[in-house]
Amino acid sequence: MVWSTIVLAVRAICRNLMRAFLTILGIVIGVSAVVSMVTLGNGATRAVSDQIARLGSNLLMVNPGQRLGPGRDTAGAPNFKVADATAIETQISGLKAVAPSVSKSITAVHMANNWSTSVTGTNAAYFQISNWQLAAGRVFNETEEKAGKAVCVIGDTVRRELYGRQNPVGDKLRIKQFSCEVVGLLQAKGQGSMGMDQDNTVIMPLRTVQRRLAGNQDVSTLLVSLQDGVSSDKVKNQIEQLMRERRRIAENEDDNFNVLDTRQIAETLSGTTRVMTMLLGAVAAVSLLVGGIGIMNIMLVSVTERTREIGIRLAIGALEREVLFQFLVEAVVLSAFGGFVGIVLATLASVGLARVIQVPYLFNPQINVLAFLFSAAIGVIFGYFPARRAAQLDPIEALRHE
Amino acid sequence: MCASHPNDRCAAPLIELTGITKTYGRGASAFQALRGVDLRVDEGEFVAIMGPSGSGKSTVMNILGCLDVPTSGTYEFRGVHVETLSRNQRALLRRHYLGFVFQSYNLLSRTSALENVELPLLYRGEGASTRHTAARAALASVDLQGWEGHTAAELSGGQEQRVAIARAIVTQPTLLLADEPTGNLDTQRSREIMELLTALNRNQGISVVMVTHDPDMAAFARRTVHFVDGRIECADHRREAE
Repeated sequence: MVWSTIVLAVRAICRNLMRAFLTILGIVIGVSAVVSMVTLGNGATRAVSDQIARLGSNLLMVNPGQRLGPGRDTAGAPNFKVADATAIETQISGLKAVAPSVSKSITAVHMANNWSTSVTGTNAAYFQISNWQLAAGRVFNETEEKAGKAVCVIGDTVRRELYGRQNPVGDKLRIKQFSCEVVGLLQAKGQGSMGMDQDNTVIMPLRTVQRRLAGNQDVSTLLVSLQDGVSSDKVKNQIEQLMRERRRIAENEDDNFNVLDTRQIAETLSGTTRVMTMLLGAVAAVSLLVGGIGIMNIMLVSVTERTREIGIRLAIGALEREVLFQFLVEAVVLSAFGGFVGIVLATLASVGLARVIQVPYLFNPQINVLAFLFSAAIGVIFGYFPARRAAQLDPIEALRHE
Repeated sequence: MCASHPNDRCAAPLIELTGITKTYGRGASAFQALRGVDLRVDEGEFVAIMGPSGSGKSTVMNILGCLDVPTSGTYEFRGVHVETLSRNQRALLRRHYLGFVFQSYNLLSRTSALENVELPLLYRGEGASTRHTAARAALASVDLQGWEGHTAAELSGGQEQRVAIARAIVTQPTLLLADEPTGNLDTQRSREIMELLTALNRNQGISVVMVTHDPDMAAFARRTVHFVDGRIECADHRREAE
């Protein structure tokens, strides 16, 4: 009986392919929307946390001014000096390294090519703190730092724009009035968490930038990396205490600097992307719901249409439960097929889109199973109950139905 | 009380209706379609039921076909009291003993003739090869070889009715019930259908009960029963000449 019912169900589906197509269309769209949105959202969350990991973990950034972000208030907040970095390094324990840094926007020139980029003046510890790996050459040494020699390490974007396929290491680069030797090339990091190109950078000894570009002794950011297992909150407090002393801030005054914990940024950013993922998922869930309502409508209409057919089947000796089972099988086959096609489409779409928007593709089994079960449930419920009503009719009444 | 069965024949009764009434609706709007019908049909008979519209012929057919239940009275099918059977038991009775031919054919649309004819066999749980062989044979017996793959929409009315007859006889039923089988057909097609039914009755021993309002069609039957106003009219036309 089971087999013959399945035969009947498949025949009934094949008899009206258009109706079957319309029925599964809603499910296909709904399932693929939910699955691809959530998958891409998860990929984006992963991308953000990866980028933060590349930024360097266990890292504190000390900046002048009260807060970070657009329109930050640096007015009246003096910059740091190299001595501040030295003080942190010597007076606070549990640190791996401290890198004072200052950045300037400049135009770098090589032969006929020029390229707008930013120069960061810092020390050799910066590479380790910021998780930079060398692709070629070396970083500058202490002698070059102290002497403020014109040497630089360039990012991958700068290499591409100025040197093309040539090897930049050992070549010269002109910035403003001085010429500077490229001693090293950084490995590409890609897009940063805020969407900026991290590889568009030129790194030089701090003193070189101060003397030749800035013309002062200022340091704008202190990067502090912590040893593993050291509490960033405790070190953050100590740095705040030390800086208040050094900057002679009175008891009742606010800080005129801020200490930023990258872990906090990481948490904030992944929190944001997670919220975005949920939002996208919610929007897609609405489309799944709308798809479900579509199925519901088509199922209701088709069962009403098929009341006569149910009557014929009952009249030639089908049992009520056989008719019901046939409709159930039809509904399950359609919704399962729709769910399956939806998942396949979603996988294709998310793999493609993940490549376009540069986030990793992460397969999420839960959302696939969930969307599939939801579509199946809708199909079964709305295929089954109207059919049950029809199958409970007296055959003669069902036959009269037009 | 007039005799509604051929009491002088010594055949076994296939069907025995006693005091059947059927009331539709309730209270003031109640309509009594059957007001006490007694009818006996023996194995191998060919009975025509005639009567004006609303006389209860179709109602009695539906009760005979187990599609409907009487309000009161008894219905014995080979000694089994059908009125006491459950919905499912009646369905099984239809499946194993009855064949139906409707005025409006009632074929599944968008379904080939072969699949339509196979349908009762599917519900009987026959295997694919048995189904195909039997369905082809049934279609051949109604002279429709070569039309197996055509859907109902691609067939003429007469052909559709012949497919419906093939569907009704493919299970080799004990009783074939035909409700105005020629109602939608012209005289020529009607005659063909009637000849087919007569042949089935004679050659395969299938009992036939047929409702018609056309005396020419009723003339094919061996016995005619007249319905008037929910009752059987006394005149019992036995057809002796065969």
